[in-house]
Amino acid sequence: MSDEAIPEAGWVSPELREELSGLALRYLVIERGSGRSPRHVKERLAQMSNRFSGPQAINLRHQPIPWAYRVFYRHIGLDPDEQRTPVEAIALERMRRGGFVSQNRLDDALTIAIIESGVALRAFDADRAEGRLGIRETEAGEGLEGRPGELPARTLVIADEVRPLALLFGPIGAGRGVSPRTKRTILAAIQVKGVPDIAVEEAIWLAAHVLRS
Amino acid sequence: MPTELIPIEATDHPAEPAEVLDNAFAGAGVLTERRVRQDLRRQIASLEKRLGELFASAFPRKQIEWNVAAVGGPRVLDTADLERVRDGLAVRLREAQAELGRRGEIEEANRGLLESMIVAPERHRWLRISAEDVGEPPCHHWHSRPRWGLLGMLMGWWRVKLSSGCPLAEGPRPPEQEA
Repeated sequence: MSDEAIPEAGWVSPELREELSGLALRYLVIERGSGRSPRHVKERLAQMSNRFSGPQAINLRHQPIPWAYRVFYRHIGLDPDEQRTPVEAIALERMRRGGFVSQNRLDDALTIAIIESGVALRAFDADRAEGRLGIRETEAGEGLEGRPGELPARTLVIADEVRPLALLFGPIGAGRGVSPRTKRTILAAIQVKGVPDIAVEEAIWLAAHVLRS
Repeated sequence: MPTELIPIEATDHPAEPAEVLDNAFAGAGVLTERRVRQDLRRQIASLEKRLGELFASAFPRKQIEWNVAAVGGPRVLDTADLERVRDGLAVRLREAQAELGRRGEIEEANRGLLESMIVAPERHRWLRISAEDVGEPPCHHWHSRPRWGLLGMLMGWWRVKLSSGCPLAEGPRPPEQEA
């Protein structure tokens, strides 16, 4: 797959399309898993640590894309001050730990892409997903693997054509995320109203570039 | 007056007038509900923006409550839940504005006191005003103290000393680079 691969548009159930306009999922399959981060990725994280400090973290809410995610969280019943949006969660971690600490190639790729673009990204094991990915509401009796009990009906989830893979902005089902055995990775961006297409594509490309490097 | 009636084409299943009306009202009701929800979402977006602006302008003041309780999700909220979120944001915004206004008045008074202390430290002996008291980032303070200790006290030589500021950053370091 070339670097210029176009992210695929995921499906969104018709009810959600009507109710939550602007909600979309874009994803790209990368022919590799995670692993140790190379030196240049660690260096990039260190540079970002120097660029990103307290004032940037405080002012995140002023920026259009992080604000759009905060608003969307409110719209779907989440409190963004309790369950942080991806960019705010990473920013808070940067403040707590004194820098963006390298973890592994995939997590570093997501950190770089989320901080640079503000877009919410998730990663899944491509070989454990069946068919195209999308966003829908759960039906009665559906659950999330590794989580006891059923999910409340009409919970918003990222799903493949068979089952829910993760809660929207929440935990990923057991065995559906990227593990050391993963050979192919799905990088998925959740787009909400107010987040431009170009930012979503940039986020996926950034993450893909780091993952392949 | 027309002398000839226009023939109306008969259908196999003529719709009952009541049924047609019910369907029309039900459809209109769904649309109206959706419009109400969209309007509430717009209001939530606007309140969230104002709360975010207030949050940034309030820095570095602490102990101001910013959280608005979640109604549970992720799910598509109905009108009642959206109203609850909207009202929660409005209350939080109003409370935060009131708290900032209250603190602003106190800080303004403290700034006036600080100015008079700098002009005439002997009139404010031993008074200590911290940066937080005037709405600035913490770690330093102004202190009215006698010059040369006891001698200054006896001679009435008072001055305002500004402390040295925040200690150097400590704690976990940023990730180290590999050689």
